[in-house]
Amino acid sequence: MKPAPFEYYAPDSLEAALELKARFGDDAKPLAGGQSLIPAMNFRVAQPSILIDLNRIAELRYIRKNGALHIGAMTVQSQAEHDDLVAAHAPLLHEAIPNIAHLQIRNRGTIGGSIAHADPASELPVVCVALNARMRAQSKTAERWIEARDFFAGLFATTLQSDELLVAIEFPDLAENTGYAFMELSRRSGDYAMAGVAALLTLGGDGSCEHATLVYLNVGDGPVEAIQAAASLSGVKATAVAFHDAAQIASQTDLAPFGNLHASVDYQRHLSAVLTERALAKAFERASQRIKSSS
Amino acid sequence: MKTYPISVSINGKTYRHEVEPRLLLADYLRQQAGLTGTHVGCEHGVCGACTVLFDGKPVRSCLMLAVQVNGHDLMTVEGLATEEKNLHPLQHAFWEAHGLQCGFCTPGILMTLLPFLQEHPDPSETEIREAISGNLCRCTGYQHIVDAAKLAAKKMHTP
Repeated sequence: MKPAPFEYYAPDSLEAALELKARFGDDAKPLAGGQSLIPAMNFRVAQPSILIDLNRIAELRYIRKNGALHIGAMTVQSQAEHDDLVAAHAPLLHEAIPNIAHLQIRNRGTIGGSIAHADPASELPVVCVALNARMRAQSKTAERWIEARDFFAGLFATTLQSDELLVAIEFPDLAENTGYAFMELSRRSGDYAMAGVAALLTLGGDGSCEHATLVYLNVGDGPVEAIQAAASLSGVKATAVAFHDAAQIASQTDLAPFGNLHASVDYQRHLSAVLTERALAKAFERASQRIKSSS
Repeated sequence: MKTYPISVSINGKTYRHEVEPRLLLADYLRQQAGLTGTHVGCEHGVCGACTVLFDGKPVRSCLMLAVQVNGHDLMTVEGLATEEKNLHPLQHAFWEAHGLQCGFCTPGILMTLLPFLQEHPDPSETEIREAISGNLCRCTGYQHIVDAAKLAAKKMHTP
């Protein structure tokens, strides 16, 4: 199938793009990497009447460290995948990116495009919530920061206004004494995951868990946090048993997966539990290493 | 329908055409540029048959619009062999190791492997399988493709 006709604009500055977005509002769909939008248009699931192609806007492609790590929304995923700043300051993001589809898709797909698309099966929204990232939204007349937890608003929905574009994402550094892990399981390399998790674990001075964060993909209508499982680890000694118990709470109490073509609800719960246990063990190992190397 | 002029370098040659914005790059290559070596399979980015190099990097030409390549540099499978009887070492390796049966997926696999093998002179089997994981082949079971990729690495990096 082929895309239905549309009006096409390819502004070469952010200012010009925001002007177009102010003029056309929801009638105009921003085209980032197009790795989700173009297939949807090929199938005519999406038939936008106006496309604003952001690919000529060079000022939206950058990775900078000033305080936190800032990534321009139009930065290509494969660039971030191989970037030293990302590896050093947002290792969870660095670990998650290779799980996004295939190399050919990551060469074109963008960090901001994937986040603004808000597909519950995608990796980057989960990473953003786990890391407390902030989204920079800009319109012709105003700009604001949106916390990751306030940005995702359900299935393929965000709290961006009709005249706003996502222009950058800010990732704070990992907290001290904190380890991380991103894991997902798919039937074949590059497929959508049947379940996946981003885990952060902060250790106290005595080796007990101080704080945990667990966020899941493809088990709800957006990134889903296992709040009770994370709370169960607070102040508890970091042991395999504690991780196992947390995994059970996450998969049985916190999560309410829908099931999909490749994984039933029960199987998604099972996978979530297995991944949670593994991810917590990995995050613990990394937190311990960090503590060791800093002392 | 409004059309836009594009000028694009494909395999070192400049092509100039008028395109509708909704024209996919894969269809532009085949129908307007006349380069039918690039194959169209699934048209939603899963099969990899339409992979071409966009500014040196493998991308899906079914997930780009022709109008987006204005001013850029493309390479398609036609750019591999310098002349008809002089196959590129990568193509020669596929011929020698029986790396294809029906050949439908081959252009996409070659365009994926070219930059990969240029950057990885001595890849492991795991690395090769990961590199071509975004390219579906329904004939070979991949074994001979992996063999061909290993042979190609040797050929491409032997002076």
